[in-house]
Amino acid sequence: MKRPVVERRVRRTYWNEPAMSAWESVYLLEVVRGLSITGGVFLRNMWKWCTGRKGAVTAYYPEEIRPDYARGNRGRHVLTRRPDGSPQCVACNMCATVCPAKVIEIEAAHDPSDPAHPKSPARFEIDYSRCVFCGLCVEACPEDAIRMVKEVPGFPGPDRGVMWSGKDELLNWQPASDVAKPYPARPAGGPAAGAAAEVTRP
Amino acid sequence: MMQDLVVHAAYVGYALAVLLLFGTILTWVERKQAAVMADRIGANRAYVRLPFTQIKLVWIGLFHGAADGLKMMLKEDFRPASYDRFAYAAAPWVVFVPVLLVFGVVPFGGALRPGELFSFWPAVAQWFGEREYQLQIARLDAGLLVVFAFGGITVIGAMLAGWSSDNKFSMLGALRAGSQMISYELVMGLTVLGLILIYGTADLVDIVRQQSGVLLGFLPAWGIVLQPFAAILFLTAAMAENRRAPFDLPEAESELIAGYFTEYSAMKMGLFMFAEFIEIAVIAALFTTLFLGGSNLPFMHDGGFSLPGGVEIALSHGVVVALQLVVFLAKVLLISSFQILVRWTLPRFRYDQLLRFAWKFLFPICLANLVVTAVAVWLLGGLK
Repeated sequence: MKRPVVERRVRRTYWNEPAMSAWESVYLLEVVRGLSITGGVFLRNMWKWCTGRKGAVTAYYPEEIRPDYARGNRGRHVLTRRPDGSPQCVACNMCATVCPAKVIEIEAAHDPSDPAHPKSPARFEIDYSRCVFCGLCVEACPEDAIRMVKEVPGFPGPDRGVMWSGKDELLNWQPASDVAKPYPARPAGGPAAGAAAEVTRP
Repeated sequence: MMQDLVVHAAYVGYALAVLLLFGTILTWVERKQAAVMADRIGANRAYVRLPFTQIKLVWIGLFHGAADGLKMMLKEDFRPASYDRFAYAAAPWVVFVPVLLVFGVVPFGGALRPGELFSFWPAVAQWFGEREYQLQIARLDAGLLVVFAFGGITVIGAMLAGWSSDNKFSMLGALRAGSQMISYELVMGLTVLGLILIYGTADLVDIVRQQSGVLLGFLPAWGIVLQPFAAILFLTAAMAENRRAPFDLPEAESELIAGYFTEYSAMKMGLFMFAEFIEIAVIAALFTTLFLGGSNLPFMHDGGFSLPGGVEIALSHGVVVALQLVVFLAKVLLISSFQILVRWTLPRFRYDQLLRFAWKFLFPICLANLVVTAVAVWLLGGLK
């Protein structure tokens, strides 16, 4: 009986063909090696846990917050202050306008006693449950009033209500104002001129 | 007669409790072990708050299993619009029940003499008299065959589930499950044949008893010493039977959503998952029984220890029974943990690799092992 001729299919070889050594092609030996690696890591970490040390590189957030955030990390927002302690924000709403997640709510107040900065925020609130930490508010601010520090807001909670950050919390930043930044002197004759003159700068 | 009933009712209760406990604990072990292997912390958020207090019991995440169970029970039992009602409802049970039944023939301890155990309570001791029971639910001569009979039923459940839910992914998963489990069933059977040749029996109690002997004067006569290749192959095939990574093709998430139980939700899906975790424990129990000397420590038998140097340490009956129960559970936990280690180490096979691995690699090795064993047994005239 004549057998039909079967064309042998030749597998194409590629330039980046993975080359397996004889050792690797015997699957079980590599399995043993892999198991010894993972098992070794398991035993090492378990030994650490059992001797009262931490056997993991991850942090138990939010109970435990990593101390090593990068210097430029965009964490929580802060509001800077003028030398006299008033918020530098002039309630122009630029940050609220540029915010892609629409998380900033500002309510302006009028202060007739300060002609240089008649507007100031009466309410300045950020909803961290929706904030995407893009930093556009910082870039949009014409007054350098809002910044982001590397520490993250410690907000995870059972309720969205607790994820709002108000003016008091945002103003609570040390060193409160950027001391390297030159502030123009207040115009003479203003009611607050005396107060401004008392501030000495380095 | 009444005594038998009481003892066996207690056995059934114990076996059910152990299996369900293992099923729950192993979900936690799997999470935690995977986390520790990957330098992570692992699940630790579920807690039980003591009523009327703010004391939250976390207990290193042990309540996650309970939270899972609760979630499964409270979820909507969604059913696809077009499906075979009866097969769809029966499939989870066809997968779940045989897994429990397999444990019925596994001895989880040595001999139990209730009369001696309750010697402090004369009425009970007298009622039991001189009766002796093996710590095993069903003492069957063909115990090992029963294991394979029930193990084979699981395939039917998987295929029923895939076929009845009228979904292409389910169907593909069921086909894969069918071909994979039948291939590996064969390998598993062949590995155990070698043991049957050596021990000359398929009765699991007898197999365990023969393993408490000594080989060459110093080695414990465990199955793993007599048949090291068979032990590795058996564990491999059993893990493939259980459809877990690296053999999880029937339910490959990235390809088939969840394979043959894609269309299942709530506790029906939970049964599939639960069966999988219980099967880890059952496989570990079988491996312990066949290859690791069952419930005995090395050189230990029902009367105590006989160390290789001719030293005999006799133990009282109560101590032996307690020790055997604990040793069995410890071995099962250890082997379960090893299976989880494998599951979190190896990547999934491709489908052709899987079947080639079974038919072109494991199957010839099994046959060679069997032939060598048969010749050796014939030459030595049996090891008895």
